[in-house]
Amino acid sequence: MTGTGVGPELIRLIGVDAGYDHQAVLHDVNIHVHEDQFTGIVGPSGSGKTTLLRLLLGIIRPMSGSIDQIEDLRTAYVPQLETVNWDFPITVLECVLMAGQPAHGRRFTLPWGNAREKASAREVLERLNIAQLADRQIRQLSGGQQQRMFLARALYRQPQLLLLDEPTSGVDVSTRHDVLHLLGDLHEDGVAIILTTHDLNGMAAHLPHLICVNHHVIADGTPEDVIRPEVLEKTYGARMEVLEHLGMRVVVDDGGERVDRASQVEA
Amino acid sequence: MEAILEPLGYTFFLKGLLVAGLSGALLGFIGVYIVLRGMSYIGHGLSHSIFGGFAAVQLFATQFYILGAGLWGIASALAINAVSKRSRLGADAAIGVITTASFALGVALFARFGSSGPSFENALFGSILGISVEQIVGLVAVSLLAVIFVFVRYRALLFTTFDPDVANVSGVRVGRVEAQLMIILSLSILATLTVIGVTLVAAMLVIPAVVARMVTDSFSRMLAWSTAVGTVSGLVGMYVSYYAEVPSGTMIVLVGTAIFLLVFGFAGSARRRKSAGLDAHVEPVPSSTAAR
Repeated sequence: MTGTGVGPELIRLIGVDAGYDHQAVLHDVNIHVHEDQFTGIVGPSGSGKTTLLRLLLGIIRPMSGSIDQIEDLRTAYVPQLETVNWDFPITVLECVLMAGQPAHGRRFTLPWGNAREKASAREVLERLNIAQLADRQIRQLSGGQQQRMFLARALYRQPQLLLLDEPTSGVDVSTRHDVLHLLGDLHEDGVAIILTTHDLNGMAAHLPHLICVNHHVIADGTPEDVIRPEVLEKTYGARMEVLEHLGMRVVVDDGGERVDRASQVEA
Repeated sequence: MEAILEPLGYTFFLKGLLVAGLSGALLGFIGVYIVLRGMSYIGHGLSHSIFGGFAAVQLFATQFYILGAGLWGIASALAINAVSKRSRLGADAAIGVITTASFALGVALFARFGSSGPSFENALFGSILGISVEQIVGLVAVSLLAVIFVFVRYRALLFTTFDPDVANVSGVRVGRVEAQLMIILSLSILATLTVIGVTLVAAMLVIPAVVARMVTDSFSRMLAWSTAVGTVSGLVGMYVSYYAEVPSGTMIVLVGTAIFLLVFGFAGSARRRKSAGLDAHVEPVPSSTAAR
């Protein structure tokens, strides 16, 4: 699996500072997002992971530096589960359909999806294995199913670039595996993917490319390049040990506890 | 039967009934978006703001006071939208300042110069007397506009209401959709103000939508239910107000409240039954077949 960033560029950040209320969270960020990107952004809480994602999404603008992107870039975004009101009165199918914009050359979409739209929405739901839940209200889903629904809504747009904010936080181990496999498949299909994660062992170590962030870009490269004690110490400000297990990097901190907050959430 | 048919002999009552039913329907319809966005307070603020515009404009141009009040309301709505977005004040503070100031101005102007249009009390609590044909035409026009707007912008509006951040990056022009909704809201409040009254309009934006939310989990059905509850409140409230000889707005709101309490009681007992027995949660599907 490749994904270290080859192929044509989609977005280019040069010397970007960004933050909120005139307070920069990120400094001097230079990132080129390629068509073949499959990248995890790692770093401690408050290090600017989500800010970086929001920059790439165009939700916030840089305070200085420049962002260029190709014309008509189709981006899809999977937010953290806590960001929406799950009591909102919509069904899973309604949620997926709302992401459908007017077809090319058409002025507007009908309120209810037409047969073609419904068929393709159901296709996406089937791919994510939640087709049987199409008519459920969104509150009646488990965390993993809610995550799949968000993914379905994103995929329904047939994006070129898929951005995900902590896609494995608050979901169980099997959903985490599913999400990883699904993202792998999507990447094979030619979708560029960037996600944030605090799960070094369960998520980051399985990705082809990582960016370590702590207000600056500390390092970037393959897990072999990046998951090393000296890089992690610079990123997290704490000494961590790195072991090798079946060819995978496993991070252990000095106290012997695994630095794997996702598994704590699941516990 | 007699009690239902008798008032229908009066033209003023027929007009009142038409306007009350349509007002209830319109506010119920738009109210769904207002409630789901957590903007109930905006409805309250806007009606007060429009009252200020209404009092101010009629001093200069009696025949245009509806137009003036409408523009005033739209300006306040857009100002609230802008202030709450661009500063750290938050919508509630913006509404508190902009609309209460406008209301205060309206009360002061009414007290000092009096009114050439509806009386002070009628403006506050609603009246079925003196409804003009122009007002009916205006209400029908605004209702049509609201329906067309929701029909054409249905998904964009739903997406912005549910998840504005993701809508924004999915090609929905969130700012524009929100501004359009604010304009429709201002016009709806303006068109229903005479029957329901400045101080009570907000209740009719909220009550039908909340009742509808308790009845259904589907968005499209919630729209239909809310419109229906609004209509019924308007019609029944108008009858009760005729017999009780009180301002129409008060009775429309009280009928709506009665429906709310009734449904709230039923929904509460239904939820108790549900939590006692069935759990609606679905177990995760086997992972081996997922993500293919």
